[in-house]
Amino acid sequence: MTTDPAPATTVAAVPSPAGPTDSSAAATSTAPVTDKASGATVQFVGLRRTFGATTALDGLDLTVNPGELVALLGPSGCGKTTALRMLAGFEMPDSGQVLVDGEDVTRIPAHRRDAGMVFQSYSLFPHLNARDNVAFGLKMRKTGKAERHRRADELLELVGLPTHGDRYPHQLSGGQQQRIALARALALRPRVLLLDEPLSALDAKVRENLREEIRRLQQDLGITTLFVTHDQEEALSMADRVAVMHAGRLEQCDTPAELYARPTTAFVAEFVGTMNRIDGVLAEDGKTVELLGQRLPVDGATELRGEVQVLTRPENVRVTAGGGQGAIVTGTTFLGSSTRLAIQLPDGTSVKADLSTHDAAALPAGTAVTLSLPDRPVLVDTRR
Amino acid sequence: MAGVTASALTTEGRPAPSAAKGPRPTGPAGGVLAGLARIRWGRGTVLLVAGLYFLVPIATTLWFTVDNSPQGFSLDAYRQIFTVPGLWPALQLSLLLAAGTIVLVYLLLIPAVVAVRLGSQKLRTVVELTCTLPLVVPTIALTAGISDVLRWCNDNLAPTPFYATFLYAQNANFPVVLLLAYVVMALPLAYRTLDAGMRALDVRTLLEAAQNNGAGRTRAIVSVILPNLRSAMLNTAFITLALVLGEFTVASILGYVPFAVWIVNGNSAGQGPVTVAVSIVSLLLTWVLLLVLSIGSERRNRAQSTH
Ligand SMILES: Nc1ncnc2c1ncn2[C@@H]1O[C@H](COP(=O)(O)OP(=O)(O)OP(=O)(O)O)[C@@H](O)[C@H]1O
Ligand SMILES: [Mg+2]
Repeated sequence: MTTDPAPATTVAAVPSPAGPTDSSAAATSTAPVTDKASGATVQFVGLRRTFGATTALDGLDLTVNPGELVALLGPSGCGKTTALRMLAGFEMPDSGQVLVDGEDVTRIPAHRRDAGMVFQSYSLFPHLNARDNVAFGLKMRKTGKAERHRRADELLELVGLPTHGDRYPHQLSGGQQQRIALARALALRPRVLLLDEPLSALDAKVRENLREEIRRLQQDLGITTLFVTHDQEEALSMADRVAVMHAGRLEQCDTPAELYARPTTAFVAEFVGTMNRIDGVLAEDGKTVELLGQRLPVDGATELRGEVQVLTRPENVRVTAGGGQGAIVTGTTFLGSSTRLAIQLPDGTSVKADLSTHDAAALPAGTAVTLSLPDRPVLVDTRR
Repeated sequence: MAGVTASALTTEGRPAPSAAKGPRPTGPAGGVLAGLARIRWGRGTVLLVAGLYFLVPIATTLWFTVDNSPQGFSLDAYRQIFTVPGLWPALQLSLLLAAGTIVLVYLLLIPAVVAVRLGSQKLRTVVELTCTLPLVVPTIALTAGISDVLRWCNDNLAPTPFYATFLYAQNANFPVVLLLAYVVMALPLAYRTLDAGMRALDVRTLLEAAQNNGAGRTRAIVSVILPNLRSAMLNTAFITLALVLGEFTVASILGYVPFAVWIVNGNSAGQGPVTVAVSIVSLLLTWVLLLVLSIGSERRNRAQSTH
């Protein structure tokens, strides 16, 4: 079996935000099979869907721009798959609309929608070899045999498996099967590509390769893509924008950098990356908060008053040696270029702080330290 | 004819892997050898008993067909197969009924099994119970019921336009009544074999993948589910064929003469050796068919896995 090719570059944890304009620009630098229709605009408008007592979607609103890759991120059961299946036509909303290029597609049956889908479980047709799997849709559209095979071979080439056309699904590795499934999803030149955790059954290395390749292909083809995942690293590294969902609703949809640096809700703040919660007290007007002997502005308007908790990332916590505050270093974790300190405050709260490994060397466990935060607006939440 | 049914049932899958593939590598050598000897003896005994159980009746039957008492060995009985009156119409009727039953069972059960895979647990229970019901109803009770219904129809339908249909359903050349009875009787086993074949597939995902590639619901089932269900469908067809060829009770009581009824009638009418010779030939044919089927599916598997 040929293994999946090695990645050209490693995936950065947080890429520089690449807006939709970037990707549509990349789309014009065409590769072989990019004789394409440009991506469509996809809109979810107030989608609701309940299954008995469970509410899978509770008024989902989301707009995806042409040629954009949006990752749907969220905890298990928050409705990601349901949203995707509605766009593919496998699920009907109780209310709300799915618009593709402004046109309501809710009533269009699944087989006439212009959306290619890669499923979470292996979904290749067991009785067909890789080439016929890819060509299946073309056969349904009554394309001639020669043309079908030409196009299938082209797509197999595109996903990096040009010599695997004669193999049957059970002769292919999991990663190869998902590549074929991707080729099959692209065969009818859909204007929307739907990926439902296509990598979750694969091991870490294959995942990373495939992740990059999907991104490259998507940019080459300029196809609007919805990518479901519950792996935040995957979402942050691949997507133009990340849509964080929670309990059937959209919490926030922003570029990865924005999402990480400026989460708009406490849920997003804690779901994406690591967050500290430090006790503080809000001022009467709710515009400033006092903590660690500092007074900091509050990010956004809040209804809260009095005792709250401030949310802050480990890399924003500054640590200096010396007492006064009563904070003690309780442990250190080496992370490579940085080191994470675990620090206990006098009230028992544990705070994580990331320092450069060099600086952290001067602060072994047991050291009395003082914590401070940069003078920037902070996010507050109720105390728990 | 019971032999036909039994052989079809036991050979539906591939041969089970043999239990002992040489001694187990663990344990002291003496113990292993002793164990091996014991196992071999055990297997030998079982094989012998089972072999006798199957072969003795067949051998004596065979003997009965070739032993023409005063003159000794004779193949007359086999020669008469081609000339004996009534055999070909009876066989034809049976095969026709079998084909009809198989087609009807497919049409009924394949959509049902797909629906069960896609639908709720409740639906599954209902379908499963319905399909199992014929196992609990004794054949004789079923036949009595059918007779009653037919009699009632005869008494009450005569003045109505349905009478022609009613008569047609009992046409001796192709008795639809019998066909329907066989469909009911085939349901339990057919459902089980088809459902087992379906269990190996992720039906929902496969159908959705097909629909996503532009195939409508029905087209998706035909072009994606059916090809992957081929061996299960073959099994179903075979079991149904065996059932119909061997069925005696219903056909005989309702007064039709398919294969099994002909054999029994012939036997009591003094055509003993011929009818028994026919049984032997049909048994052999069944075995050959099974062999061909299993070799065919094996070859296909090998072709798929050695690319
Ligand atoms: N066909 C269905 N019948 C009943 N409940 C369903 C059905 N499909 C989804 N649900 C429920 O709807 C909710 C959302 O499901 P969904 O599959 O969209 O979640 P998800 O975000 O994709 O989760 P995961 O990350 O685990 O895949 C869940 O509580 C699930 O149990
Ligand atoms: Mg899901």
